[in-house]
Amino acid sequence: MDGHAEYIVSLVDVDKFFGSNHVIRKFNLNVRQGEFLTLLGPSGCGKTTILRMIAGFEDSTSGMIKVQGERVEDKEAFERDVNTVFQSYALFPHMTVFDNIAYGLSVKKVPKSEIRERVKEMLELVQLMGFEGRKPDMMSGGQKQRVAIARALINRPKVLLLDEPLGALDLKLRKQMQIELKRLQKKLNITFVYVTHDQEEAMTMSDRIAVLNGGVLEQLDTPDQVYKFPKTKFVADFIGESNLFDGTLEVISDETARVAGDAGEMMIECCPVEPGEELTVCVRPEVMKYSKTPVDGFTLSGIIKNMIFVGSQYRTLIVMDNGYEVKVNRVKPDKDVKEGDRVFLYWDLDDAVAICDRK
Amino acid sequence: MNRNEVNAEVLSLEKRRNLKRNTLPALTMAGPVTFWMMVFVLLPLVYVIVISFMKRDAFGGIEYDFTVANYLEILQPVYLKVIWKSMKLAFLTTAICILIGYPLAYYIARKPSKVAAKLLMLVMIPFWTNTLVRLYSINLIGQPNGFLSNFLMNIGIIAKPLDILYSDGIVVVGLLISMLPFAILPLYASIEKLDKAYLEASSDLGAKPAVTFCRITIPLTFPGIVASIILVFIPSLGMYYVPEALGGGKVMLIGSLIRNQFLVTKNWPFGASLSILLVLITLVMLWLYTRIARLDDMEVF
Repeated sequence: MDGHAEYIVSLVDVDKFFGSNHVIRKFNLNVRQGEFLTLLGPSGCGKTTILRMIAGFEDSTSGMIKVQGERVEDKEAFERDVNTVFQSYALFPHMTVFDNIAYGLSVKKVPKSEIRERVKEMLELVQLMGFEGRKPDMMSGGQKQRVAIARALINRPKVLLLDEPLGALDLKLRKQMQIELKRLQKKLNITFVYVTHDQEEAMTMSDRIAVLNGGVLEQLDTPDQVYKFPKTKFVADFIGESNLFDGTLEVISDETARVAGDAGEMMIECCPVEPGEELTVCVRPEVMKYSKTPVDGFTLSGIIKNMIFVGSQYRTLIVMDNGYEVKVNRVKPDKDVKEGDRVFLYWDLDDAVAICDRK
Repeated sequence: MNRNEVNAEVLSLEKRRNLKRNTLPALTMAGPVTFWMMVFVLLPLVYVIVISFMKRDAFGGIEYDFTVANYLEILQPVYLKVIWKSMKLAFLTTAICILIGYPLAYYIARKPSKVAAKLLMLVMIPFWTNTLVRLYSINLIGQPNGFLSNFLMNIGIIAKPLDILYSDGIVVVGLLISMLPFAILPLYASIEKLDKAYLEASSDLGAKPAVTFCRITIPLTFPGIVASIILVFIPSLGMYYVPEALGGGKVMLIGSLIRNQFLVTKNWPFGASLSILLVLITLVMLWLYTRIARLDDMEVF
């Protein structure tokens, strides 16, 4: 089992109960050396709990947690070679910026001159030179954030855990910090395990994204794979926007397959599903198409409810006969149709993704 | 209207508004207590200050003749000894209160709030029973032929009857019992407010629990510790019924001394000067406290 040296953090069959509440279910995750991995999911999905179990603030109920191939379940937080950036920053209010950053070294009894040297290095890294003497409550949110990062990095951890570190910042600062964090991570070549509920943030920064829901890992993949090929309905719905059509696979030819849904028939590319099985077809709003006349192989139709300009694009909502609202996004407005028109839905076959997660 | 008139108009309008919005409500809300404090705290205190500079007349009354003799008398060794002993016992009481109160407060503060409320109630219940009854029951337990002494003799731990009554030790026990809740409550308040994330951050950075305790927990709950010290030390210093009930005549503390001056030897001016001394000690302590609190930029109550 220890053959995976390239995995710096491994979780194997980890379960976690809070009382009778089963918050993490048979969780498996391998984090690669030097990657930026994001745990993404809605609030309450267990992402922070996983981070806290890796850090050592929370015990797993069962399963195995390894850091650098070494089991850490029985190690206290102060014995683990990982460091955390807290959501609330948790900067020590009675210490100056210098003492906050130096803390990790001073508890290890590193000589004063070396501490001074390394704190200076850290302050330069996060661009806070000259702030050494400040107390945390005299600093802005963005500056506190930098101090928190510097404090966590000074121990030169193998893995940096970040728990929604940008959650308290305003949008502009958040974008700026996203870029900066990514820069830091590349520069220092440290593995980042990052928790967020903000999918855009996850997409921007991550090498891989682990999408969580209800304590279960739904999908672990690169951002574009997660977006382009969601493996579950939850992922399709949570990452970006999707139009989802349930149906049963019917005829399968060499290249194309027909899906019969309760809303009508549709076509997809050939997929590894046996005829007769149930599946869900996912089509992103930007590749969804419609016309006033039926298209070969498709019998989905609906009434245009409204067409609105949402800033970067035009959004058309089409209500199908079963009440499902189909979203279509266009860069330019469509002048051929108007609200109340009946239109027929279709798509290029390679734009649709088949999801078979119905168990 | 020229500009000056306009200004005057605005000014008077402002005044009237100010009166209506600020002065009147302030008077009705703070007035009664202010009046009460003036009449029943400030006036008596001024009176005590005044008579502390007066002479005692032959019949135990006050002769209105200015003197600093009362304050000089405090400097006599016999009284300095009493003051020293009072400070010593008050200090001891305070130290023990913090040492046993802090772990308990910590324990309670880390419990879920419902449990914590119940535990705090348990701390408070003895506090609501009559102090004298509690003190005299300690007196009874501590008697040489009392329950504790007999018990220890019967199981063979001691050979002679206990001689703890009327000693400094049992006075400290009495002070402890009277003062412990005052120590625990502010400690609890400050520990309960302590964000667990600080402790986690410290541990995360590699600090062992003892290091975290010394470098994070203690400094961040320091205002609570100082508040406890003040709330215990000052009343302990002036307490007179505890040494009275448990120290007999043997343990003379400053509180008993003052009481004697007023009620027994009828030397009101000297008693007043001793009282003023206590007030001054209190003020010095409070001044120190505000200094510490400001230095740390934190509030406690």
